[in-house]
Amino acid sequence: MHRRLINAYPSRGASLLLSALPFLLILLAYLAGSEARLAVNPNDKLLPAFSSIGAGFSRMAFEADKRTGDVLLWVDTAASLARLLAGLAIATVTAGLLGIAVGLLPYMRSTFSGFIAVVAMIPPLSVLPILFIIFGLGETAKVALIVIGITPMILRDMILRVEELPREIMVKAQTLGASTWQIALRVVVPQMLPRLIDSLRLSLGAAWLFLIAAEAIASQSGLGYRIFLLRRYLAMDVILPYVAWITLLAFLLDYGLRLLQARAFPWFVEGRKQR
Amino acid sequence: MTAVSVQNLWKEYDGRVVLEHVSLEVAPHSFIALVGPSGCGKSTFLRMLLSAETPTRGQILVDGEQLPGEPTADRGVVFQRYSVFPHLTVLENVLIGLEFAASPLLGKLFGKARRKAREEAAGMLAAVGLGDFLALYPSQLSGGMQQRLAIAQALIKRPRVLLLDEPFGALDPGIRAEIHVLMLKLWRETRMTVFMVTHDLSEAFHLGTRVIAFDRPRNRPEERERYGATITHDLAIWPPKYPVADNETPPGGTTRPLDDAGAQPGRPGAGQ
Ligand SMILES: Nc1ncnc2c1ncn2[C@@H]1O[C@H](COP(=O)(O)OP(=O)(O)OP(=O)(O)O)[C@@H](O)[C@H]1O
Ligand SMILES: [Mg+2]
Repeated sequence: MHRRLINAYPSRGASLLLSALPFLLILLAYLAGSEARLAVNPNDKLLPAFSSIGAGFSRMAFEADKRTGDVLLWVDTAASLARLLAGLAIATVTAGLLGIAVGLLPYMRSTFSGFIAVVAMIPPLSVLPILFIIFGLGETAKVALIVIGITPMILRDMILRVEELPREIMVKAQTLGASTWQIALRVVVPQMLPRLIDSLRLSLGAAWLFLIAAEAIASQSGLGYRIFLLRRYLAMDVILPYVAWITLLAFLLDYGLRLLQARAFPWFVEGRKQR
Repeated sequence: MTAVSVQNLWKEYDGRVVLEHVSLEVAPHSFIALVGPSGCGKSTFLRMLLSAETPTRGQILVDGEQLPGEPTADRGVVFQRYSVFPHLTVLENVLIGLEFAASPLLGKLFGKARRKAREEAAGMLAAVGLGDFLALYPSQLSGGMQQRLAIAQALIKRPRVLLLDEPFGALDPGIRAEIHVLMLKLWRETRMTVFMVTHDLSEAFHLGTRVIAFDRPRNRPEERERYGATITHDLAIWPPKYPVADNETPPGGTTRPLDDAGAQPGRPGAGQ
């Protein structure tokens, strides 16, 4: 008897090999394409050889820029991460607090749920010019774009998660004599923190998008600024490793959040496995 | 020792009558078992006793006083599911009831006060047989252990009335029998009044001092909207499951089952 496909699992080794496969295929395809183009035109810039990508990366990561004297990759990384983390932190705290209040308190829900539904529909990028006009071209506008871009998403998710808490849990807390404040502090907030991490992880992609968009349009530093600047010179040997670097940073951030969740909220991860 | 008086209680949802004409005098220290077909309003009745739901008509008195408009600590509850806090350990789940009372601002105790409360909580947990599992999370417990935890959590507040909504429905027979013994012991010691919803008749007759059946006397499809369920049987169990002192009225109501006509007092402007 053949098993159904939904019941057929690869062995451990096969599983590892399979997960490496798509990466290998892309690399091979790139290598083949690059070699074919370079064979026709040794000065081709579109698909540079790995050796020139390596050289491009080490130039950015280990040599000081002739004009500014800075090692650009690290300066760009620091600038971008500072904006990203500031935006994420502000958005998470705002959305977490407001979301719990709106989810928990009928008066807050009546006041804000319509407002939030409308505001969440504003395309954040369309607000960018307004932000530049109000805050100037400095850091504030870029952080503000990230905040405006991801807060509504986290906020709506939080409200749903609070409302999703079983009614039994809320009744139970009241029969144990808890006040509204105590319920928020000891029952709702602790249960929302791991869910907030979930929500934050899902909004990471959008946060990077808004960061790079803001940097591309008006900036003097940052990873997004650099790749859009280098685009003018078709400097694929630097753009490609920059994109890989951004991807790595994004991946590590996501991974770190997942690790934090598992460490800090073992009951949550455990409970989810059982469902 | 708490008497409960339910007076002509009605509950409608969007004009659909779920419960009607529910009247009940419950003697102190009764163990009321509520039975009835699915959807007849047993959970709704318990939620009204909890003040988690407001009656459409009628009232409930506990020791002669009207129920407050929201759940309070003098009425404890154990649900079939979601009864304990998943983010707290076994110990913390019981401790939290004491912390709510003692620490209005943080809802958390520290130092000496915590050690004292911890002792009380651990004692309660030992009494329900969870003394060795204080540090586990509910998701690490079996179903029976979770329900025992829920009972300990409710009892630490020393409620005057305990409401149980199919608390043991998901447990296997062996564990169920164990918990029955525990439940009767706690009920005797605390002298509280218990309401328990169950689908298991033998459980109802084994634990209850009085078994009350809800049902819809009129259940034709066209009648379902307009007529709700009410008490159709009311049986006192004899002998009572605890030694009755001389000066004490035995718990329970009438010993005869109410016939259907008796269960339906005249309905003003309806029916006939
Ligand atoms: N919040 C609500 N809004 C509208 N209808 C409700 C609500 N809660 C309960 N009902 C209805 O009231 C009736 C009684 O529900 P209830 O949960 O009290 O039944 P039950 O006797 O506990 O049933 P079960 O034995 O299956 O638990 C059902 O028809 C249900 O659909
Ligand atoms: Mg029910």
